[in-house]
Amino acid sequence: MSGMSGAVALNTFREAVRDRVLYNLILFALLMIGAAVLVGQISIGIERLVIINLGLSAISVFGLVMAIFIGVGLVYKEIEKRTLYSLLARPVRRWEFLVGKYVGLLLTLVVNILLMSVGLAAALFAVGRPLLRSDLSILTAIYFIVLELALVIAVAIFFSCFSTPMLSALFTLAIYIAGVFAWEIRDFGALVHSPAVHLAVRVVYYTLPNFHNFNIIAAVGHAERVPFSLIWQNTLYALLYVTLLLLASATVFSRSNLK
Amino acid sequence: MALPVIEILGLTKDFPTGFWRKRMRRSLDGLTLAVEEGEIFGFLGPNGAGKTTTLKLLMGLIFPTAGTAHILGRSIDDTQMHREIGYLPEQPYFYDYLTARELLDYYARFFGYGAAERRQRVARMLERVGLADAGGVQLRKFSKGMLQRVGIAQAILHDPRVIFLDEPMSGLDPIGRREVRDIILGLKRQGRTVFFSTHILSDAEMICDRVGVLHLGKLRGVGAPGEILSMESHGMEILFEMRAGRALPADLLPRAAQTGQRYRIEVPEAELYGVLEQLRDCEARILSLAPVRPSLEDYFLRLVESPAATPAVEEPVR
Ligand SMILES: Nc1ncnc2c1ncn2[C@@H]1O[C@H](COP(=O)(O)OP(=O)(O)O)[C@@H](O)[C@H]1O
Ligand SMILES: [Mg+2]
Repeated sequence: MSGMSGAVALNTFREAVRDRVLYNLILFALLMIGAAVLVGQISIGIERLVIINLGLSAISVFGLVMAIFIGVGLVYKEIEKRTLYSLLARPVRRWEFLVGKYVGLLLTLVVNILLMSVGLAAALFAVGRPLLRSDLSILTAIYFIVLELALVIAVAIFFSCFSTPMLSALFTLAIYIAGVFAWEIRDFGALVHSPAVHLAVRVVYYTLPNFHNFNIIAAVGHAERVPFSLIWQNTLYALLYVTLLLLASATVFSRSNLK
Repeated sequence: MALPVIEILGLTKDFPTGFWRKRMRRSLDGLTLAVEEGEIFGFLGPNGAGKTTTLKLLMGLIFPTAGTAHILGRSIDDTQMHREIGYLPEQPYFYDYLTARELLDYYARFFGYGAAERRQRVARMLERVGLADAGGVQLRKFSKGMLQRVGIAQAILHDPRVIFLDEPMSGLDPIGRREVRDIILGLKRQGRTVFFSTHILSDAEMICDRVGVLHLGKLRGVGAPGEILSMESHGMEILFEMRAGRALPADLLPRAAQTGQRYRIEVPEAELYGVLEQLRDCEARILSLAPVRPSLEDYFLRLVESPAATPAVEEPVR
């Protein structure tokens, strides 16, 4: 990443902080406290399961909402408010700006998720259970959430390069949902006996981001081990996908007339 | 002779109009223009003439339908050339969650200055545009005039050789306009080239070495403000008084405007001596004799009203 993108990224992060994006943390904290109190009262030996499930799901949902809603506006807002004009008159290439915005939002989400993770750890601690070795897989689950969101931001930015934030948000959400059910789509294709449908389903399956492998919340709740191969496969997959999406976005954006 | 600093060749821009049927409308039509080093060039034209479009094309914010342009000998596609230029957008708007100082510091990062250098530069610029006391205030609390000043500061932050300003005086009070004029003149003294657009002619008339007049996307004239004026037919204005009991010669009567005992008459230069003789004959007392200097304003009005300009200016899209 160039120094130019770095400067843009830091400013994007600063904007998020000043726009009080981190306020969601308060909500998250309240949720965790509520859950801990509640679980403490039931106390039938499923504290761990409930807290982990709830915590990780909340991290994932909060992250997703932020990724989509900030992501679709990242570029659009700068064009609409014309803040981009004086920026692009500097020795910055458009792709550097785009990468900077991307990294800036990713940084925002990572910081946010780290803080939420601390909250989750505190909740686990509060329900009075020593940390186990298998809890390391919680970290893996969180890492996968980050990878998933890295992908979602790239999708959001891609759409926002040629449509309004409203439509981009809808498209991104649709892609996300389809990506979560990518396997089901493929299985559905197998039921139909038509080569054309098979081909179409294959194409859709391989172009959609496959989010299925990123969700290990259930497995972690049951203290299952996460295979190491999954970690690097997911990492590689996200990296590749994000790179392709950013390339496509940069190609579109580099040629577009700013209104 | 040195290469022109700004060289524009046949620059043309069509915008799509209409929602369903994509028709194109030409906002800039074959602009060809060269600006020399160290000049203050005034880019004049009424609203909708295509001035902002031209500047956005030069800055690479939009892309030409046809034509090319070079700044400092480098194509406008070359973002590295941006090290040498500064740009003030029209009605500038900046990240309003930043303070003026933070904004300038952010922009300075793109030129690779170290922290100390950035701090110095930012302080110097804030001083120069009269915002030394407002450096720590968030931009959302800035007035339009203050934003305009920040805009100028960010445009000259990195000591660019060529500075493009889109309506730099708009939104400013008379004192503010004068300060901007002084800044522009200061840049010229440092050997910089300034290209600025305006629809306010007096601003250009006062400081420009040359002006270009744009109307409906076409360049209608380029020259020193004086040259542009000399394209008009000059005349002389005579102010005189008639003694009681004396009447004005009949052929002058319809051309004279009377206020009390005083008359004002405009005559073409060729007729001047003839008219003066007539006035001497009727013992008129000459109060003043002055050339009629049509201002750029007049020039402009005439252009806009000229038959060539009949396709009325369309409402700006948006
Ligand atoms: N993004 C755009 N889409 C469509 N038309 C535009 C766009 N930008 C400018 N125009 C049109 O181009 C013409 C010139 O506009 P502009 O360059 O802003 O004029 P000026 O700066 O001289 O006032 C106007 O008629 C305006 O409506
Ligand atoms: Mg304009």
